[in-house]
Amino acid sequence: MTFAVVAEELRKRYGDTEALAGFDLTVPEGTVHGLLGPNGAGKSTAVRILTTLLRADSGRAEVAGLDVATRGPEVRHRIGLVGQNAALDEILNGRQNLEMFGRLHHLGARQARARAADLLEQFALTDAENKPVGQYSGGMRRRLDLAAGMILMPAVLFLDEPTTGLDPRARAEVWESVRALVTTGTTVLLTTQYLEEADQLAGRVSVIDSGRTIANGTPDELKGMIGGDRIDLTLRDPRDMPAAAAALARVSTAEPHLDPDTRRISAPVRQRITALTEVVRALNEAAVTAEDIAVRRPTLDEVFLHLTGTAGTPQNPPRPDHHSHNGTEEAA
Amino acid sequence: MTTPVPPIPRTPAARLRWALADGWTVTRRDLTHWRHRPGDVAVALLFPVLMVLMFGYLLGGGIAVPGGGDYREFLMPGMFAMTMLFGIETTFAAVATDAARGVTDRFRSLPMAPSAVVTGRATADMTHSTLGLAVMIGCGLAVGWRSHGDAGDTLLAIALLLLLRLAFLWIGIYLGLLARGPESLAAVQILVWPVGFLSNAFVPTATMPAWLGTLAEWNPLSSTVTAVRALFGNPGTGDSWIAQHALPMAVAWPALLIAIFFPLSVRCYRRLDR
Repeated sequence: MTFAVVAEELRKRYGDTEALAGFDLTVPEGTVHGLLGPNGAGKSTAVRILTTLLRADSGRAEVAGLDVATRGPEVRHRIGLVGQNAALDEILNGRQNLEMFGRLHHLGARQARARAADLLEQFALTDAENKPVGQYSGGMRRRLDLAAGMILMPAVLFLDEPTTGLDPRARAEVWESVRALVTTGTTVLLTTQYLEEADQLAGRVSVIDSGRTIANGTPDELKGMIGGDRIDLTLRDPRDMPAAAAALARVSTAEPHLDPDTRRISAPVRQRITALTEVVRALNEAAVTAEDIAVRRPTLDEVFLHLTGTAGTPQNPPRPDHHSHNGTEEAA
Repeated sequence: MTTPVPPIPRTPAARLRWALADGWTVTRRDLTHWRHRPGDVAVALLFPVLMVLMFGYLLGGGIAVPGGGDYREFLMPGMFAMTMLFGIETTFAAVATDAARGVTDRFRSLPMAPSAVVTGRATADMTHSTLGLAVMIGCGLAVGWRSHGDAGDTLLAIALLLLLRLAFLWIGIYLGLLARGPESLAAVQILVWPVGFLSNAFVPTATMPAWLGTLAEWNPLSSTVTAVRALFGNPGTGDSWIAQHALPMAVAWPALLIAIFFPLSVRCYRRLDR
């Protein structure tokens, strides 16, 4: 297997803070790899080193088979970087932005113009090409930003938190664009603190915390690490909580977690269908009415909590199953 | 896809060609800004004109020029230098905005000549200031200012003003990189105004308390103003040691500022990732 990105024992220190403390990563060519971690975990530092913006204190990294420390100019030819901010000129319009970046890739005037037109069409921005970017919506900006990162069809595209600060609709738009890019064969390294995002886009995920990779795997493998599925139960009447908890406890592998505010009970189970049937029967016997009952895979949120012992960052979008965290910890 | 990947320049000549082409692309970006925001450019160009009217007609009546002479003849060289000084704000705002938005980082991640970010900025800002100076010269001629020097002296005076602007360019770039956000523009303005007023641009230093007058005379801005007054044949050049040596000092001061702030800017640009 050929690797598009290899990082070995990368270290970077800022004063007293160790941003990277022996960071390892391998990303096979043509895949989407998620780098998942909270704010300050070292994700951006890793990306900055891999994109030649920053020099590591020690360790080694290769991008597209080239050492980032010694062959920076060549690396910059083969990568695209879409950073946390939409790094665009707000006064220029969309077309002028792409033409400028095309020229800075030395495409020449005519080719830069043609490439800009292609990309505007590919990212559904042709209608807005003559509008100053300052007037673009958040989602349009990000799409233009992605387009600017794709000028030369990079071998590796780095997306550093591509949807931070976007509303759900704009986030879905960006996800769609990223999925389309992947079909062109580009390797994508995606950093995110949105666990759902890694789940949606990445084939493999590395969980990073305090400058170190603490887990690797497919989203499903990571979820499997914390053991099985979960049953979520929402009750109509909060007074039924104890009875329902008792019913759930009969099949769960750990103490059910109760959240009286949302009238929810959540517990890990092994045999998903058998367990579900059993719980429904027990609820009937106890004459408890459930408003909603569901079996689900654990979320990456819960995986993260399990691996690091801390919940995701406050920037994570509020999730309906957030309250089941404590239960997960017990299950672990 | 069919987009060809251009080869990486290997020879010094090819590298220089890239550096020039990239610098021009970055310059063009700024020139395109002018087209998109003509109002901003007009305000920047006309603000010093407003100051000329304010000082020349409202306040100037109360200011006596040492050795006699017309106040507006005295004022204009000061205003030319002030126009150069205001350039710090233009440079600062542009550099700080790019750094904060991540545009500078994107440039640094592109296969472009690293120097182009700076040479492009410098070309655009110097063009802007040259235009600003032309507007001010037009304004000066309209309010009765004249250059009484010969063509050579007049051109040398203009060159000295632009040299001062080049020195301020590096201060602007350095502060812009240091600030990492355009919000600190107010702080830069607070810095710029006292530097402007604590000089001989508007009033003769003889009217200030002795120690303040000395400080004002040693302001780099004052040396350029005095030198330019002398070259234009305008009144109020003063007779202290520093005023007597205004011409070499008008070269030495900007050279010193560039010697300090050029390396600082380069270092700051390289370490942007901090």
